[in-house]
Formats: sequence, structure tokens, C-alpha cells
Amino acid sequence: MAALTNKLAASAAPRTLDEFLAQQRDIDLLRFITCGSVDDGKSTLIGRLLHDTRQVFDDQLTAVANDSRRWGTTGEVPDLALLVDGLQAEREQGITIDVAYRYFSTPSRKFIVADCPGHEQYTRNMATGASTADAAVVLVDAEKGIRVQTRRHAHIVALLGVQNIILAVNKMDRIDYDRARFEAIAGEFAIYAHKLGVSKVEVIPVSALQGVNVVARGAKETPWYAGRTLLEALEGIEVPRDAGLKELRFPIQLVSRPDANFRGYAGTVASGDITVGDSVLALPSRKTSKVREITTADGPLPHAGAGQAVVVVLEDEIDLSRGDVLVHPDHRPTLARTFDAHLIWMGEAPLLPGKRYEFKIGSRYVRGLVDSIQHRIDVNDLSTREAEALDLNGLARVRIALEEPVAVDDYKLSRATGSFIIVDLLHFGTVGAGMVIAPHPSSRQNSDVVWQPTRVSAQIRANQKNQRPCVVWFTGLSGAGKSTLANALEQALVSRGHHSYLLDGDNVRHGLNKDLDFSDAGREENIRRIGEVSALFVDAGLIVVTAFISPFRADRNRIRERIGDANFIEIYLSTSLEECERRDPKGLYVKAREGKIREFTGIDSPYEPPLNPQLTIDTSKIAITAGVDQILRFLENKGFLNQADPGL
Amino acid sequence: MQPQNQTVTTLKPSTTPRRGGALSRLTHLARLEAESIHIMREVAAEFSKPLLMYSIGKDSSVLLHLARKAFFPGRIPFPLLHIDTGWKFKEMISFRDETARRLNAELIVYTNEAGKVAGVTPFTHGARYTDIMKTEALKQALDKYGCDAAIGGARRDEEKSRAKERVFSFRDAQHRWDPKNQRPELWNLYNGRLRRGDSIRVFPLSNWTEIDIWTYIHAENIPVVPLYFAKQRPIVDRDGLKIMVDDERLPLKDGEKPQLETIRFRSLGCYPLTGAQVSRAANVREIIEEMLRTTTSERQSRAIDADSAAAMENRKREGYF
Repeated sequence: MAALTNKLAASAAPRTLDEFLAQQRDIDLLRFITCGSVDDGKSTLIGRLLHDTRQVFDDQLTAVANDSRRWGTTGEVPDLALLVDGLQAEREQGITIDVAYRYFSTPSRKFIVADCPGHEQYTRNMATGASTADAAVVLVDAEKGIRVQTRRHAHIVALLGVQNIILAVNKMDRIDYDRARFEAIAGEFAIYAHKLGVSKVEVIPVSALQGVNVVARGAKETPWYAGRTLLEALEGIEVPRDAGLKELRFPIQLVSRPDANFRGYAGTVASGDITVGDSVLALPSRKTSKVREITTADGPLPHAGAGQAVVVVLEDEIDLSRGDVLVHPDHRPTLARTFDAHLIWMGEAPLLPGKRYEFKIGSRYVRGLVDSIQHRIDVNDLSTREAEALDLNGLARVRIALEEPVAVDDYKLSRATGSFIIVDLLHFGTVGAGMVIAPHPSSRQNSDVVWQPTRVSAQIRANQKNQRPCVVWFTGLSGAGKSTLANALEQALVSRGHHSYLLDGDNVRHGLNKDLDFSDAGREENIRRIGEVSALFVDAGLIVVTAFISPFRADRNRIRERIGDANFIEIYLSTSLEECERRDPKGLYVKAREGKIREFTGIDSPYEPPLNPQLTIDTSKIAITAGVDQILRFLENKGFLNQADPGL
Repeated sequence: MQPQNQTVTTLKPSTTPRRGGALSRLTHLARLEAESIHIMREVAAEFSKPLLMYSIGKDSSVLLHLARKAFFPGRIPFPLLHIDTGWKFKEMISFRDETARRLNAELIVYTNEAGKVAGVTPFTHGARYTDIMKTEALKQALDKYGCDAAIGGARRDEEKSRAKERVFSFRDAQHRWDPKNQRPELWNLYNGRLRRGDSIRVFPLSNWTEIDIWTYIHAENIPVVPLYFAKQRPIVDRDGLKIMVDDERLPLKDGEKPQLETIRFRSLGCYPLTGAQVSRAANVREIIEEMLRTTTSERQSRAIDADSAAAMENRKREGYF
């Protein structure tokens, strides 16, 4: 039989079907990504790899030729990037939004390539592609050199533990295959990679457009380059499957109980080796037993290793559940509630320390929070700086605090038991991805200790409540509508899930300020105490609403100073005296006019309206609901009420 | 070699890695198999009403085989859903019923009755036929059973918009896919948390290629519909496709006369929309051999995808498989 296939490179192509099938039984798999800045030619490079390894079907090439006329960016030459960019928006805009997975093979290897988007806004998609990769091809445009996104991607690749990096210096055709320029870029990248702690970097000069040093060697174009072509490098990368953690980690996915006589634990061996007869310990439940049987649909196995999906049957009837991890008793992971981790934030709303999220670690969901951001990392120069919050696509080192202990390993040793995702508790989108940093063995004891935040700050208390605390201070004449509006506002806040407290004459005068009279001094002290209580409640993370006439500017300004200008929202109810007197809900104006009440604001005592109130509302002109809406909108715009994250 | 005649009572351990001195390396098929099993177990553990979208084709056959393995020695813990448009090949329907019996699996067959009553056929409604009898029907069925996760056999190598899709693919309450705003999906930590009404489509075969599917079918001796194997069948040539006259409902145009040709199908769907290919590959080995020589892609024989490069993405946004 003649060489069987036109889709496999000619040299080692199988010549018979049996040779092919034998090869398929033996062949291994390399998962890699292509990444780098936008327009550095990632999609074109993959198109070139697929095309030159003859993985592209005729009808696909015809489609690309048609599409090239419509959307292509390469003139008359078929735009090979269109083999990869799949979404309409991508083809229209000529950019990559999400990871595209492509598959090709050579006689020695199967490849899954994840083509990652270059734009910073799609970093979370890039991280998605990189998380399962064995190797990364980082592209750089030879003309433009190394850019922020090149560094960002190299950094994420390193954080995610991808140890093999190939720097493909692309578009060499644009610089006439200039060796000096190539070497300058290679040198600059080597310094950055060294800082990242990446050990293996291979730098290759390529032109994806002209197909130089991708599959075919550019003998004419780069006679000075003696290294491997990109495909040779990809075929040559060694991925030792038993690298990293050698100790057994078997997260239980599912309890299999088909009938009363069988109880098995289904899962995939994350690392190490499990053998019939082994003593095992389940964490966090700390129950022990021995392996009686390892079952698969293909028959029982004497042992199973990393990557195998099996069912483990134990000697004893112990009650384990999804989320437990089986380990060898002498080689335990750290069991901890708190640990440090590197974090990539992927939520539209920023990460707030103290706010509760759900964490998925292995097959386990546990609630918890980010206790503190130790520092965020600037990808440009790897410098670190302090941060109170972490925005979309931000990288940071954080301390995690969970409500229950979990079994974790250093991510560097074990991707499977050192990684976690963070899920938002409102919209359930995936908002973060984390990698555990060498958990301290001594924290084994800390599994029994309830989380002690390093420092409970006002910020943490506020984040926990998903709001920015403030004082909404209503001021205005008696009968202007302060209590009505304040009550309606509080109802609206609570119905939106916010935490508030309303201070008004009823709950203050009868308790805290029972000892005060209505003299000038008594009134001043009354307002001072209300200000102090408000300040404490703000520190506790609450939105405080007050409803007092508070006629004097000086008193109100003292409270503004005490609370802080930014968090003191003065709302002037400008309802006119005539209207208030007409309403006279408690009959006080009548008594004041009759002289039965002395020093009544508006009658025989002055009211000093605010000079620059945040809002002015006349309740004789607009309805209460409209007033509440106006205040809520103001609070939202100023960022006091965290708006619902649009979700993912 | 007609695997469809064999019942799979024992499974050959051909993809099971053996242990050398140290831990042996997993072959690529063993890696793919383990990944798919892991995904299906996550679905069973995380969702309250999952089901498996069974389309009867070769990918569905592999999917079912993997589901058996994933839950062995138990039964497959979710029902199979087949969306019956009323225009599937007869041999597909008999294979479907036989498979459900053999695996002792619960089979739900759902048809969009309103569409059927309204007389929607591939001949009268063109592209809208697929919308009504497949996409709409699937949405109706998923709503009716309150399904929160639907497992499908789609592969990323099939088509460009599928190449972009997550393994756990989030759908809103209207079953829509938003390709510009997919949930990040790192490692094998699939996020199965949902708001009420939202659902997840799950694709355990995401990383398999067409040749992986056939190589695995060969290695594991998995039964597939006999339509995949070359045989003389009555054919008419229409719009560049070879359409098999599966029953008398196919309206013949003037001058059209069914001819017997030796053909097989590379992918299966509704018979009036599925083109056959001239082939002599009469068993799995010969199919693999043929595939290694072929120069066209799998979906070329599907009338519905030929419209435009964006056809599949639009269908998926609307809630197609």
C-alpha cells in the first residue's frame, strides 16, 4: 500500500492501516496555546500550521478563499487567519474574542492548540486556554517588539505553571529577516522570562504569512538560524506525565451505589498512584480504610495512575461523599481554611476583600472570602503595589479564608489540587481563578481554628454588605416630609438587600437622648450625639438615614466633618413653610402660633437651609416614590450601592 | 466486520494504559476518554435534572459508550432525549430503539407536534424547517422536562463556532448562547452553578476529532447505525447532494428516478437534507482508511451548513445543539 495519508507529514507516515492504528495506540497528546499581543499574527500562525501540515480540507480552503475576498486582510493571498477566527464579530472586526481550539497531528504527536485572544479585555479567555496547556507559543511582532500584552500573557502563562515557552518572533518578512533585530528581541524577552522563573524558553524567527520556519525551514530567508522550526520544537517538547506531585490525590467526584451490595467512589486520579491494598485516608473527614478494589467498565485494575478515571471500592463501610480527597496517610496535603494564592480576577465588578464568594476546589464547593490583597502585580515590570480592590483582569497575591477546611497542595506541584475558581453568589458567574502558593505545613493545625481576619477594617465590614456606608441626612422644616421619605428610602434599600439604619426623633429622643431638653444647649448636644452614633454605624458598614429638623448649618457641618465629606449626603427638603403649616401633621404649628410651644423652627426660631445640599426635594411638587428613586439613583451613581454585576 | 450486529457485553481494555516500571503515560485516546468520563460525572453530581441529547449518530454512540463507562457498574443516571423531526432515516429509528433497550436506558422521544400539525417539512419550509422541528423542538423538550443540563456529542473540530464553545456552555432562560460573553473555564473546574431557568449544555467530546471517534469506535467495538457503511441504496442527485430515497414521502421532481448506488453517510440527520457519499468502505477499518485519504470536511454533506460561514453560529445563538 502506498503512503496512506495526505494529511500526515510524509516522512514517518504509516503505510498501512494497521501501522496507523498501531501508531494511534502509541501516540501522545500535546496541548499548547498561542498568545501575545493583538495583531501579532496568532490566528495566521495557526492557519499556517494547519495548512502546512495538510490538516485543511478542500471545502474549508474554498470557504477561506471566499471569506478572504470579503473580510481578509492579506490582499490576494488567502487569509489563513480565517481558518481559525470563527465568530461573526471576530470576522467582522478582524480580531479574536474567545479561545478557538484546533486539532492537528503529525506521525509522532497529536496537538490541541488553543488560539487565545490578544486584547486585554479578553484576558480571562486567554487564561481559560492557558490553564490546560503543556506549552505556550508567545508571539511577538518583529517590527513592534515586546509589548505590554506580550508581558501580560507570558506572566499569566508562567503563573498557570506552563513551563515550556516558545517565543515566536513573527513577521520577520517585514524586517527583511534582520538577525540583529531578532536577537535584540530574544535578549529582552530572556530577561523578563528569567524574572518570571520560567526555565525553558526557545526563540524562533518566523513568518506565518510566508510560511518561514513554521513547518518548512527558511533556508533562504534565515540562513543564520540553526535552531528548530516551530513544528519541530512542538514535536520535541517533553511533557513528563509524572512530573510534579508524586503523592496520591484522588478527589471523590461521585458516590456510586447502584445496589445495596456495591459502594464505590468515582473520580479521576489527580496525582500519584493508587493500588489495591493501599491504606487510604479521606480528607477532610479523616476516615481511614484500605483499597479493596479499583473498578472500571473494562474490568478491575491492580492500580491506577494520574489521569485515569476509575471507581475505588474500600474495605470498610465508611461514609464518604463528593468533595472528600483520598490520600496515603503518610503523604497528606495541607488541610487548611486559610492559605495564600495568586489570583486572576475575571469579574466585571471588582474583587472586594471581605465579600463572600463560593470557591470550587477539586470537586468541592466551599464558601469563603478573600481576607486581604497582599499586593497586586504590575505585569509591565512585575513590581508589586498595595491595593484595596482588584479590577477585571488584575493579578494579585491574596489570602483566602474559607468557612471549612479543604485539602490543598502547592499549585506548582499539583495543578489539580492547587487550583480553584471563584463563583459569584448572586449571578453564579466565574469571577476569579486562583493558584495556591506553597501552603505552610504548620497550617495543618489551623484547620481547627475559625478564621481570624488579620484586621477587620471598616472596608471589610462594608464589602461584606456589598455597599459603601454613608449618612443620608435629611434636613427641613417640621412637616416637610423627612420621616415619610426616610422611611420609604429605608424600605427601598432593604428590599434591594442593603443594610441600613434609620435614626429619627422616635428612637433617639426616647432612649439615648432622654436626658436632653429642648434648650439651645440640649438641641446642640442632641445633634452631636446623633452625629457620633451615625459615625459608629458608618464604621459598622451601614447606610444611615436620619430625619431631624437640624436647623443650624454649623451643627450639620460638624457632622459632615466627623463623617467625612464624601460620605455625608445632605438632602434638603425645601417644602415651603406655608405647605408645612397647612399639613401640620402633629398640630405643632397651631400650638406654636398660639404660643404654646416656644422656639419652634420656622415660627420663632430660624431655619438655615444648606448652601450646597447634594439633593433638594420639594415634597409638595414630587411624589414620595419619585423622591426615593431620585435618591437611589444618586447613591448608585456615587457608588454607594454596588450595582448588580451583569454576570458571566 | 459489522459491529452493529454485536452486543457490547464486555468492553475491550484496548485504551486502558498499562503500568510500566514507573507510571506509564496515557495515550491520547485514554486521555480523551478519561476527560469525557470526568465531565459526565461532574454533570451527574452537580445538576438536578440532566439529560443526554441522543442524536443516534456515531458521536452519540461514543457518548453513550462513555456514559456507560462513567457510571459503571451503575446505570446511566439520566434519560436520553431524541428530538424526532419525523424525517430521520428508518434505520436510525430502529437503531435508536434497539440501543435504548440494550443499555436499559430511559428514552424520551420528543416531536414538535404543533410543527407537525402545521405541515412543516423540509420541502415546504426550507431553512425554517430546522428552526421549527429541531431548535424549537429541543427548547420545548428541555423546558417540558425542566432540564438544567443537556449533554451533547458536539466536537470542536466540526465547525468554527463550535471551536469556540466551552465544555460547560451556559444558556440563558431562552436557551441562547452568547459567544461574546462566555464564562471563563479553567482547568477541569467546571462551574455548574445556575440561576433558576438558566441551563448548561455540556459537550464531553469537545476535544475529540472525527478520526479519534472512528479510531475509538474501532478499538472499543462500538455499535453504530449501518448507514455509515457502504451499501447499494436508492439515490437521487439533487442540488449537488446525493439524497437517499428512504421512503415514499420524498417528492420526486420531473425526470428524477432513484438509482441504486453504493454509498455511505459520513454524518446523519434528516434524510432529505443529508447527502451521501460514493464509497466502498463497508466496515470501520475501511472508513478510517477512507478518512485518511479524504480531502473534504465532515459537514460538507449537510445542506443546512452550506448557507454561510455564520449559519451554525446563528443556529447556536438561537439555542440549537
